[in-house]
Amino acid sequence: MSTEVEAQGVAPGVNVHTHGTRRSYLIGLGYALVLTLASFWASSTDLIYSPGVPILLEVLAIAQMGVHLVFFLHISSAPDQTNNILALAFGIFVVGLLVFGSMIIMAHLNHNMMPTDRLMQLQMQR
Amino acid sequence: MFGRLSWAAIPFDVPVVMIAAGSVGFLIFCVLALVTVKGWWPYLWREWITSVDHKRIGVMYIGLALLMLVRGFSDAMLMRSQLALAAGHAQGYLPPEHYDQIFSAHGTIMIFFVAMPFVIGLMNFVLPLQLGVRDVAFPVLNSIGFWLSAAGVLLVNVSLVVGEFARTGWLAYPPLSELAYSPGVGVDYYLWSLQISGLGTLLSGINLTTTILKLRAPGMGYRQMPIFCWTALASNLLIVAAFPILTATFAMLLLDRYGGFHFFTNDLGGNPMMYVNLIWSWGHPEVYILILPAFGVFSEVVATFSGKPLFGRRSMVMATMVICVLSFLVWLHHFFTMGAGADVNAFFGVMTMLIAVPTGVKIFNWLFTLYGGRIRFTVPVYWALGFMVTFVIGGMTGVLMAIPPADFVLHNSLFLIAHFHNVVIGGVVFGVMAGITYWFPKAFGFTLNERLGKAVFWCWFFGFYLAFMPLYVLGLMGATRRMQHYSNMHWQPLMLVALAGAVLILLGIALTGVQLAVSIRQRERNRDVTGDPWNGRTLEWSIPSPPPVWNFSHLPQVDRADAFWAMKQQRGTAQDRNGKRTYETIHVPRNNPTGFFLAFCAVLLGFSLIWHIWWGAGLGLLGAIVVCLRQAWRTDGEIEVPAEKITAFERLHGLKESAV
Amino acid sequence: MSAAEQALLDGDAVPLSLRGPAATRVVAGYGFWLFLLSDIIIFAALFAAYAVLSGETAGGPTAADLFDKKHVLIETACLLASSVTCGFGSLAVQSGDRTSTYFWMAITFILGVTFLSLEVSEFSHMLSIGAGPSRSAFLSAFFTLVGTHGLHVTLGLCWLVVMLLQVATLGFQPMVSRRFFCFGLFWHALDIVWIGVFTIVYLGAHL
Repeated sequence: MSTEVEAQGVAPGVNVHTHGTRRSYLIGLGYALVLTLASFWASSTDLIYSPGVPILLEVLAIAQMGVHLVFFLHISSAPDQTNNILALAFGIFVVGLLVFGSMIIMAHLNHNMMPTDRLMQLQMQR
Repeated sequence: MFGRLSWAAIPFDVPVVMIAAGSVGFLIFCVLALVTVKGWWPYLWREWITSVDHKRIGVMYIGLALLMLVRGFSDAMLMRSQLALAAGHAQGYLPPEHYDQIFSAHGTIMIFFVAMPFVIGLMNFVLPLQLGVRDVAFPVLNSIGFWLSAAGVLLVNVSLVVGEFARTGWLAYPPLSELAYSPGVGVDYYLWSLQISGLGTLLSGINLTTTILKLRAPGMGYRQMPIFCWTALASNLLIVAAFPILTATFAMLLLDRYGGFHFFTNDLGGNPMMYVNLIWSWGHPEVYILILPAFGVFSEVVATFSGKPLFGRRSMVMATMVICVLSFLVWLHHFFTMGAGADVNAFFGVMTMLIAVPTGVKIFNWLFTLYGGRIRFTVPVYWALGFMVTFVIGGMTGVLMAIPPADFVLHNSLFLIAHFHNVVIGGVVFGVMAGITYWFPKAFGFTLNERLGKAVFWCWFFGFYLAFMPLYVLGLMGATRRMQHYSNMHWQPLMLVALAGAVLILLGIALTGVQLAVSIRQRERNRDVTGDPWNGRTLEWSIPSPPPVWNFSHLPQVDRADAFWAMKQQRGTAQDRNGKRTYETIHVPRNNPTGFFLAFCAVLLGFSLIWHIWWGAGLGLLGAIVVCLRQAWRTDGEIEVPAEKITAFERLHGLKESAV
Repeated sequence: MSAAEQALLDGDAVPLSLRGPAATRVVAGYGFWLFLLSDIIIFAALFAAYAVLSGETAGGPTAADLFDKKHVLIETACLLASSVTCGFGSLAVQSGDRTSTYFWMAITFILGVTFLSLEVSEFSHMLSIGAGPSRSAFLSAFFTLVGTHGLHVTLGLCWLVVMLLQVATLGFQPMVSRRFFCFGLFWHALDIVWIGVFTIVYLGAHL
């Protein structure tokens, strides 16, 4: 809880200001609740164009993750947070690559596989 | 009572295994007996086993790696001799069930228990010294990481005698590695020993990344950091990002095997191809984890022995970080033939070719550093020059296979084997040998014998080419990897040449042992009194050899890259730095047995899980928890080194230097 | 002269990267941050597996058959609330207030346990109707992803108990305060992972 800038940057999650941090958690709670309820509503309502619902859910989820990072973990773009941001960015890069890369690659691989019922027939012929 | 463990687990009927196990067991017994008789246990416990000093831990990692090099290489000799014999109607002397275990063990040991410990050991020893600080960020965690790796080593070696090893190759692809097709303990040995040592590696990655980013001498910003530290940063970032993928994938395979899950099974919706995808998204960054520190070693060696600063420092750093990012974008080239289709294959083929570009930048930078320098042809420079030729050839065969149509012909052939041995031996092994020779005097206070060092180099250099160039040819002729026997008699002469190469490398390894023994005998003659035997450029050469526990009596104030070189220019001689100075008390971390005890519990846990001894597993887990809780309540983590002791040490070192 | 000295002369603050070794609190926090990122990557691999296998129900129960949104909403509320109470508890630790620390962390613990018991009840129901992890690849992926998150929550709660014992026995010395700080990071990160879980697994099921 230091107000001076520390050598090599500040630790992630540190509250730089002593006052108003309770407020930061409560504000974060408010945003998070709204986003959560919005997600739940969006997934069960008919009011939204249905192919767009998955994208909306993803956007709401990412927004809520951002709320957590800013209001609970106190990540900011201040110069003493650079190391933390860079590490986070690298992590997000790898996560995105792993999840979306795997999905794309597996979809392509599965597409070129023989249909499973034909595969079963082939195996049973032996 | 003991799960599925019984006396039948020990292969009394296999003479090769019994003789090997017997000899190793006897050797271990002799060593333990010698230590006991000489009363060295208290020293070993205090100075090495419970040490949290990065220098000691670094040396232990390298010692472990050297030991496992012998084990992994004996597997290689078995394979080479088998293939030299098993042509046409001859069957050789190793039946397929054994041969499969041998090539699986060879790969697993060489990557996980030789290359990784070598590289991590070098980084551990050197980084705090080059960064101008007293230790890594988390010394106790450092010890834990080492001992967990040692636990993995123990489990793998136990599998030789008690039970069997995996027959699935070093990556254990399902469905072969699933319970249905590998019901024995082999794959479980593989999985548990790698999960345990993988955790150790991850902890080490976190430790070293934090050290480089948060613990540097005053004035040492990113632009002043030595290049070895940059490559180590990239390598450790890759460890932190990639090893969790390995952990998760192995966990899924373990759940399939132990819990009847269906991640990678053939039935009920499992998808074995997903294992291949996930394991290689770890596997490709892994090879960059291995090679980047070797690149760093060469940067240091080439600059020092050319007497010039490294050419193109900024482009070197850029190339390193570009390689770090790109290494995550190429992994599909390991399974072009699995059927993802032309579009996906084309993308990854292009990315693979792209990653050769920053590597090329590095090669040119090294060449331009050498050009115009006053080159001293010491043993590390031999390794560097050998690397430049060998690695470039290996890299080019890699770019060749990056073209999917070419890979369709060459995938899983001996051409592939030749390629990756080309880059790993030419890159990682040569780099580690250079690094060990270069930093040995810093660690032990005397240099290694030069002549024997050159002999070791020539054996490895010529041995490598003899052993692996025939494999390129054989691959093009259609020979596949992991084959125990072949019917085409025309292949045998090439196999014999390869065997000759392997024997030459064996000579090189033996000579390494001889070199060590001779150097120790000649140590007074080769004493490094000044701490700077090579006229070095970076901070590790500014302190005595071997360094005191606290490394730097004064944290150096840095203002440019090649900080020590700058200091030497400014002050004329290296000796002035120990002038009239006052020293303050330094706190150093206290010894800690947590790492050793955790590893003990890990071995118990792993072995019990492998053999389904559930109460043993529970005991191991409980033990680990108790050890962690004990550590949590430890408040006396540091000891004080009084200023008088430091002053006396510095005065003594100053006297030794001026006596030269 | 050095870059640091030049900066001082120019009246600029010395750049952070030139100020020498960081304080232990910064070092510990950053190291734990890296550990958390590695943990998130483990979850990413499990998410990838789930994404690939979510359709492989092998003729067995599907996601739409099994998941109850109201149940998940309550779980989400528990975890979100526990993040906020954990935050209040962290503030109490920073100001060295023992009573507040015990109070807020106890509430965090209770909310965490509530979350876990809801999850355990869901799992045991699924096991009882034959929708266990060995029924299909989809179920294997589900139980592993959600189960791993639940395991992390369990370990977090155990860690919380240990931390409260450390406060009781050792007081708020720097070592204890650093560890509480790391616990806070861990607990918030688990809630971030849960956002991914409920969006992709539970809400995604009904699309």
